[in-house]
Amino acid sequence: MTQMLSVENVSVAYGKVEAVRNVSLSVEQGQIVTVIGPNGAGKTTLLMAAIGLLKSTGRMVFQGADLARIDVEGRVERGLCLVPEKRELFADMSVADNLLLGTYSLRDRSTTRKSLDDVFDRFPRLKERSKQAAGTLSGGERQMLALGRALMAKPKLLVLDEPSLGLAPLIVREIFRTIASLRSLGVSVLLVEQNARAALETADYGYVLETGEIIQSGPADTLIHDPKLIAAYLGGH
Amino acid sequence: MTADIAAILAIDGIATGAVYALVAIGTVLIFTVTRVIFIPFGDIAAFTALTLAALDAKQLPGTVGLVVVLACMATIMDVVSLARAGELRSVPKAVLGYLVLPLIVVGIVWLTMRFNPPMPVRIVLALLLIMPISPLLDRIVFRPIADASVLLLLTVSVALHFALVGLGLLFFGPEGVRTEPLTSMAIEIAGVHVSGQTVLILTAALVFSGLLFAFFDFTLIGKALRATALNRTGARLMGIRPARAGTIAYLLGSLMAGVSGVLIAPVNTIFYDSGFLLGLKAFVGAIIGGMTSYPGAALGAFGVGLLESFASFQSSTLKDVIVFSLLIPVLLWRSLASQHSEEEVEE
Repeated sequence: MTQMLSVENVSVAYGKVEAVRNVSLSVEQGQIVTVIGPNGAGKTTLLMAAIGLLKSTGRMVFQGADLARIDVEGRVERGLCLVPEKRELFADMSVADNLLLGTYSLRDRSTTRKSLDDVFDRFPRLKERSKQAAGTLSGGERQMLALGRALMAKPKLLVLDEPSLGLAPLIVREIFRTIASLRSLGVSVLLVEQNARAALETADYGYVLETGEIIQSGPADTLIHDPKLIAAYLGGH
Repeated sequence: MTADIAAILAIDGIATGAVYALVAIGTVLIFTVTRVIFIPFGDIAAFTALTLAALDAKQLPGTVGLVVVLACMATIMDVVSLARAGELRSVPKAVLGYLVLPLIVVGIVWLTMRFNPPMPVRIVLALLLIMPISPLLDRIVFRPIADASVLLLLTVSVALHFALVGLGLLFFGPEGVRTEPLTSMAIEIAGVHVSGQTVLILTAALVFSGLLFAFFDFTLIGKALRATALNRTGARLMGIRPARAGTIAYLLGSLMAGVSGVLIAPVNTIFYDSGFLLGLKAFVGAIIGGMTSYPGAALGAFGVGLLESFASFQSSTLKDVIVFSLLIPVLLWRSLASQHSEEEVEE
């Protein structure tokens, strides 16, 4: 398996406070990797550093390229795409325009029509609301739009920050089904979640982040049966 | 005041308002994309008029020198910052964008001038010459402080205006100019005399704002500009570079300001420092519209134009006082009506 993203001894600090300390992890081609952990463990901080919105020390390599000198936009052009926790949609613009902007980083936009149809097939709700402003969508629809917009960019590695946050259980299930189906498209996924059970059920490999450090890692189906994790995050069985 | 006079004043006010509207729309465009309140827009409009007048007189306009100086400064700054970041591979691209392209524009103007081009060509040349100025100023002045607060950006913007007025005196000299009328036609609407110039101003304002909206609605770059204005982080995550979006916004804004300069040049005598009042009144229009809405800014600008027209009939010495006094109730109303400021939305 070829390596998609490797993070080596990465630390991120807000002023003097280190939010992430010496974290190392890797995502292989076609793999879904999840980082779970409690609120405030530094999960979002780690992702912000990976996409380049926060400065970090240590080394990050994406598809063989050192990311140190590559800015956010350059990372997006290389196929490293983030769906942030806040979704960051363009609220006053239509659903269709939001999706079209997903293709901005592509050199070849001849397949835009097909990508749009694919997203609409995946999320029929977005098609129904394609002319509506993104700001008028419900929480679940917004997450679908954020995911769809990222998929329009034909990502090689999709980084998802809390995709299930604040969503109804039925929609959470739909979102995770979508994430699992990305495997067949050859898209690798780095998934950060508080919903540890759903994340581990979907992922191939998992890391546990606590107070800025990785305290445990392993194949997802091993972690999900770990008694300590069950007690701490998975709420018994 | 009789109805006749009121009608004449109204038409005059609408024409003035249309000129302000073009500049106001440019101001809103730059502000929403870059958070800079670009006070020197009025200067850009005045410089366009001065450039056109020089071209009319078959002289090499001072703008040529201004563009060359700014292009050299911007190129040096960009190359130095690229070298510091160790990104020497990007240097040719920087030289192409900041030096070669502006010089090509200068070259085109210099060559075309020898053939005594007709009026429409001269207008296009003046607009071409004026368009690189704001993007170059953006690179030199605003890019190094792009993440600063709106207030700091505004302060620098005001300082930049004064610097530009000085440069205007240096490159254009102290003489005022008035260009040839674009048309001598006149029509009568319901017994009121309307000059061809007024019709032209209104048409141009409609056409250019229409083109701008079409650009926003139908092109991906236009949508990218709107996206940057709505949500910077979201736009960056799509691969839209705010600096690039800013350059495009400055180019388009300059075109709007340039067109307004061409339109007022035959009606008003323009000096190197005439731009300030024009820019300020357009800014008042944009504020009435809330600084983020294009239709709001255009309506506000028409309001300012009408008020100025009627105020100058009542008391021509106090017309500017009356227009700017309008700002106080408008700001009061705005601050009471809106719950949050632009800066809070940003973070």
